[in-house]
Amino acid sequence: MAIDAETVRKVAHLARIKTPDDRLEPLARELNGILAWIEQLQEVDVTGVEPMTSNVAQPLRLRDDVVTDGAKVDAVLSNAPKSADGFYVVPKVVE
Amino acid sequence: MFDLTQLTLKAALDGLKSKAFSSEEITRAFVSTIEAANPTLNAYVEITADKAIDMARASDARIASGDAGALEGAPLGIKDLFCTDGVQTTAGSNMLRGFVPPYESTVTANLWRDGAVMLGKLNMDEFAMGSSNETSAFGPVKNPWKSRGSNADLTPGGSSGGSASAVAADLCLAATASDTGGSIRQPAAFTGTVGIKPTYGRASRYGMVAFASSLDQAGPITKTVEDAAILLRSMCSFDVKDSTSLDVETPDWTQSVGQSVKGLRIGVPREYVVEGMPAEIQALWDQGVAWLRDAGCEIVDISLPHTKYALPTYYIVAPAEASSNLARYDGMRFGHRAAEAKSLTDLYETSRAEGFGKEVQRRLTIGAYVLSAGFYDAYYVRALKVRRRIAQDFDDVWGQVDAILTPSTPSAAFALGDKQIDPVTMYLNDVFTVTANLAGLPGISVPAGLDANGLPLGLQVIGKALDEATVFQVGAALEQAAGSVGKPERWW
Repeated sequence: MAIDAETVRKVAHLARIKTPDDRLEPLARELNGILAWIEQLQEVDVTGVEPMTSNVAQPLRLRDDVVTDGAKVDAVLSNAPKSADGFYVVPKVVE
Repeated sequence: MFDLTQLTLKAALDGLKSKAFSSEEITRAFVSTIEAANPTLNAYVEITADKAIDMARASDARIASGDAGALEGAPLGIKDLFCTDGVQTTAGSNMLRGFVPPYESTVTANLWRDGAVMLGKLNMDEFAMGSSNETSAFGPVKNPWKSRGSNADLTPGGSSGGSASAVAADLCLAATASDTGGSIRQPAAFTGTVGIKPTYGRASRYGMVAFASSLDQAGPITKTVEDAAILLRSMCSFDVKDSTSLDVETPDWTQSVGQSVKGLRIGVPREYVVEGMPAEIQALWDQGVAWLRDAGCEIVDISLPHTKYALPTYYIVAPAEASSNLARYDGMRFGHRAAEAKSLTDLYETSRAEGFGKEVQRRLTIGAYVLSAGFYDAYYVRALKVRRRIAQDFDDVWGQVDAILTPSTPSAAFALGDKQIDPVTMYLNDVFTVTANLAGLPGISVPAGLDANGLPLGLQVIGKALDEATVFQVGAALEQAAGSVGKPERWW
């Protein structure tokens, strides 16, 4: 399953990473190298095997559905690229 | 006076307790050593000297009042992916340059609770994605070790390269680190230090910058196995803020260090003999087997048939999880935001293109690909199934053995720049370590000898889930048999 430059463009867009045109071919080559190596997983017989999504045998814990934290507006906004009056400020976007 | 920075964590804690020296004295010794060495080694991305002195004074006051904790007054280095309240935390990325967490990670909070002193934040591969520290936005860390007869700068390994280099060069008593595919054990092996990744769920992931959440696990890099047992105990705890944290007791693992290994059954997996493995690595492994046999262990030939699929599985699972985890870096609430953009999507895409380095972009792209419609089942779900096969391989042998012995890495430290040409070549560094992450098992790397060029090599012990005790026991036996691999000759 070889990836071409066009596929890289689509996937990079899915990943929301701007990729200049001159990077598409080299990236396609790199990804093909990695995917060719990954391809060996197709030889493994996985009939009847459940996908393993966690290393932890215990079920996920549930907590009471109550507010346990809050009133930290300044802390929450302290790393915002821009904020004003207790809100995040993002650039004006008209599409 | 002798150099306090060369002490082990254990010896320093004893000295602090007996008031042979104060925390402020040893902390000042480290600060001046770091300031002299760091411009060359680049192990620290931030030195928190003033904070360290304040913490040391507070420790001295607690020692004076008989109120000392388990790590009281011990100066440590912190990998820069643990969020530290009020101290910049970057995970080695331009995306997080200037990010100052308003909260503390559970692991570091545990260390401060026990009285430890923070010297600063340690360099690492960007978002822990790398095996040589070359993906760091702050430039690569240098290994204090050099090949005999060569002046080339060597990698300390990665991603916890700053942690490993700092411990090896006496720039801290011990360091925190993290391990997603080998990021504690490989750098430990490359620098003649000890590194352990505990069972998945032992150490809380709260406040650790996420890479691949089902694999990420914190652990220490230290000078001795006993030091690792001391530091790991403080790092681990049950934490309601991490949904995969295990509600189990944290034992005193120092009790296992020095205990006889007589009668333990040690598995030697035949699939870990990999193609192109240097003869020296095989010889070291054989030596390890001989040491344990001499110590009274029973050596068992075992098979872990799906071993060769572990790395390809990892390179689907980890990028897939990363592409989901790192979706949070959109330039809106924190992290880098591009100065100009034509649309909202363009703002996201430009911010991420500017903030993330090449390897991170590569892995996020792979992650998005294997999760995309049409490939999800063929790649991602299949990898999860193979992952279960790999975990089952271990379950199948635990009836016959108590622990497993393997080399830590397929080579000694290589020169900076050597393996950057091809991503897959770089990925092969983790061939022996990644299985323990996929299966969630504890694994330790212990320095076991030097190669022909005088570079340290490590042996790895893998144990059953939650059986760090046996891992420490066998690790300490190897350490004792191997003797000290020595210290790098000072050139920095």
